[in-house]
Amino acid sequence: MAPRRKFLCIAAAAVASSVAVAGCGGGSTPSSGGSPSGASSSSGSAGHNLDGQSFTILGQWTGGEQAAFEAVIKQFDDKTGATGHYTPAAGGNEAGVLGTKVAGGTPPDIAILSLPGAIAQYASSSKIFPVSTATQQVVGQNFASEWGKLGSYQGKMYCVPVDASNKSTVWYNNDLFKTAGISSTPQTWPDLIKDAKTLSASGVSVPVSVGGGDGWTLTDWFENVYLRTAGIAKYNQLTQHKIKWTDPSVAKALETLKQIWGDPQLIGSPAAAVKVPFTASVDNVFKANPTSAIVYEASFVATTITGDKDPAKVGVTAKVFPFPSIDGSGSVVEAAGDFGCAFTKNKAADQFLAYLAGPQAATTLVSTPGSGFLSVNKNVQSSSYNDPTSAQLAEQMVKVGNNFVFDMSDQTPAAFGGTPNKGEWGDLQQFLTNGNVQAAQQQLEKDAAAAYK
Amino acid sequence: MPEDARVAPAAPTSPPAVAGGAGVGAGRAQPPGKTKPPRLPGESRWVAALFIFPAGIWLAAIVLYPLVYTLIRSLFHDGPVGQATSFAGIQNYIDIFTQSDSFEAFKNNVIWVVVVPALVTILGLIFAVLTERIRWASAFKIIVFTPMAISFLAAGITWSLIYVDQPSQGLGNAVLTGIHDTVSPSAAYPNLHPSTQVTLLDGSSAKGYTTKKQYAAGAPAALPFTGLDLLHPPSNAQPAAQPSGKGLTGVVWNDFKAGGGGTPGKVDPGELGVPGVTVQALQGGKVVGSTTTQPDGAFSFPGLTSGSYTLELPASDFSAAYTGVSWLGPTLITPAIIIAYLWIYAGFAMVLLAAGMAALPRETMEAARIDGATEWQVFRRVTMPLLSPVLLVVFVTMVINVLKIFDIVFVMQQPAGGNARYANVLAVQLYDEYGNQQYGAASAVGILLVILVIPAMIFQIHNFRKSQ
Repeated sequence: MAPRRKFLCIAAAAVASSVAVAGCGGGSTPSSGGSPSGASSSSGSAGHNLDGQSFTILGQWTGGEQAAFEAVIKQFDDKTGATGHYTPAAGGNEAGVLGTKVAGGTPPDIAILSLPGAIAQYASSSKIFPVSTATQQVVGQNFASEWGKLGSYQGKMYCVPVDASNKSTVWYNNDLFKTAGISSTPQTWPDLIKDAKTLSASGVSVPVSVGGGDGWTLTDWFENVYLRTAGIAKYNQLTQHKIKWTDPSVAKALETLKQIWGDPQLIGSPAAAVKVPFTASVDNVFKANPTSAIVYEASFVATTITGDKDPAKVGVTAKVFPFPSIDGSGSVVEAAGDFGCAFTKNKAADQFLAYLAGPQAATTLVSTPGSGFLSVNKNVQSSSYNDPTSAQLAEQMVKVGNNFVFDMSDQTPAAFGGTPNKGEWGDLQQFLTNGNVQAAQQQLEKDAAAAYK
Repeated sequence: MPEDARVAPAAPTSPPAVAGGAGVGAGRAQPPGKTKPPRLPGESRWVAALFIFPAGIWLAAIVLYPLVYTLIRSLFHDGPVGQATSFAGIQNYIDIFTQSDSFEAFKNNVIWVVVVPALVTILGLIFAVLTERIRWASAFKIIVFTPMAISFLAAGITWSLIYVDQPSQGLGNAVLTGIHDTVSPSAAYPNLHPSTQVTLLDGSSAKGYTTKKQYAAGAPAALPFTGLDLLHPPSNAQPAAQPSGKGLTGVVWNDFKAGGGGTPGKVDPGELGVPGVTVQALQGGKVVGSTTTQPDGAFSFPGLTSGSYTLELPASDFSAAYTGVSWLGPTLITPAIIIAYLWIYAGFAMVLLAAGMAALPRETMEAARIDGATEWQVFRRVTMPLLSPVLLVVFVTMVINVLKIFDIVFVMQQPAGGNARYANVLAVQLYDEYGNQQYGAASAVGILLVILVIPAMIFQIHNFRKSQ
């Protein structure tokens, strides 16, 4: 950090640049080829190769997630001498803020994107830059290849995976299961319905809590059912709108969903369910006097439980089972995740991306209390997680390797799969209220056609 | 949005339309006349231009350029990351009327413009007339005007809380259910339903339940229900027991014990009776006896010793509780938001109109009264015509305000979840499309809003000119 040292480096750089970089830089600079597990191997003052350089990061994390991410930035800064500034997008509208910044010619150095579709779009219009070979190697060493591909466009890697969530998890209140005498968690869709009915008989007024107020919870329901009734191939076709939403496979998935969504004994009044926001749907299951016993949503439900100070303890009262199999479907996982992408050719930013992809950053992310992050980084120890449930859910994702699908609505154009109460979100909310499969399919197809043009 | 409206209340001291140009138009202070006034020495066009120049640049940069750019951008298709792609002509404008979300927004904007300015003006007029005649008029005015001091954001959140569905949380439904439950008390067991495993009963929670078969004395009826909240059972409930005794007997019980197990349809140890349920015995469709269950769920008709009877459990014990109306549901959400908006703006209209009335010539009204006009005639034939310029100003101001309505709708859409789409307005649609980086579509909505607001603006400017 000392100014004199920095001066020496610059002076040396003027004489012989490659030597200077090797001497003043850490092990992870592009020119040094990268060390086995990326930036993590370089340590101490020897890594101060970025003194005085700064970079900006735009994301949408706030609260515990922001704290964990800033801890990672601080570690990186301490190690390299760079200064990273993280800003959460105003109003939580990252796409809008980023879009205007990019259009206005002042993009952040790095933006955290959760939509692979956006990665491809920014890459195709050359708004983001490919990562260095060294960074690419770090990703290759730490992640299943499919995760690297999600950050790539036309064979070039642009973005590195940061965190992930397991979206094939159903959460339940173990106390209510015990009261109802349900000893083993449901393995199949009919089991789930049967258990929900038993819960209703045991006095749980709304056995299955559906957070229809936030349309994305409904898209996640649909995606898990579609993945199991139609298979991975069709799932990917529908994602790219290569088959239409009027396809019989969509009808089948909606009919299957209707077995639960259309039964007031299971989800209560649909008109009420369509107003329940996601956080309330979780609280209904884990609050002091729970009115529901089961809630489907991703691994980050754990964060909601702790964040909302629900009395249920994750892993004790709040437990989780994999989304049940339908018609004998095998075990498949739906995942989602965030990626770091470079919008400028900033050396510090590129090194930071390499650092993000390494196990040290991932470990900090998952171990910071209250962060709720999961990582699919193969080199993160299970013991790093704050609770065994998170560790188990992360492990599940690491174990399936490439055998997963990425959240469908996260891959579709935002106008279709990412706007509150509109497009797919709004159409599924409509379907939840009226249960009309055909009308839902037609509206979904109409909205998809308008958004994919 | 509300800021420009809030400037107006300062006007009452000299309402431009009524007072007829008192103290306005400093820029035109020269005496009127056909001939140009002689230029004062040192006052040249160049100097004038020099002084206007910075403001002109400023206006061009922040008003003219964005407007023109928005207009141009609205004529282009949107790429995936917000870039303009090919020339679209007026396609983005056509889309506003063909896409369901934006058409809903347009429709709601029309409702707002048709309903709200008129209601605000009428309410303001009523309040203004009232304050003319009551004691404590200032206090009344302050109370009605207070909501103007609250931001749309805060007002929207406050009203969202009033509109919460659960009567335990939302004032609106608390009042409604309070009234309803006074008229017809709510059921004791809205969640209790006949066991699905043993089907001895027909009917529904809304109609009540009747037994499928008939029962006679000596053969006790066991009527299994499920759904009793086992964590919070009725405080007087006791373990169910098959009754013994004279006459027709039976038990209504919760056929489910904590932890599960037991045989469906059989009273197992640990299962609770359902106390206080009305049971009627029917013979030939006529009620011949009525009783209620004991804490252990048992009931008996000691008088009915012979013959067989159908048992009926009336709906009054089971019907779902009345929980009020869905304020932020598909049909009521826009009216509900409009009510909140009226709450804010009625005071604004009242203050302007009250000031206008204060400036009216008293003699005219006195003359009318002396000539024998009734109060209504005075109001209708004298006050209203004299006040019409102010009424018009209030009305047009409200039209402009309502056309660009955004914040209160946006805030109150949040708790509405999936029903938010039914409250959509153009400015919110613009915001959503901007968020999706559909800048062309968003620009088209923006330009449409400008076009809609232009007639009102022209009228307003014209009015100002006239008053000067």
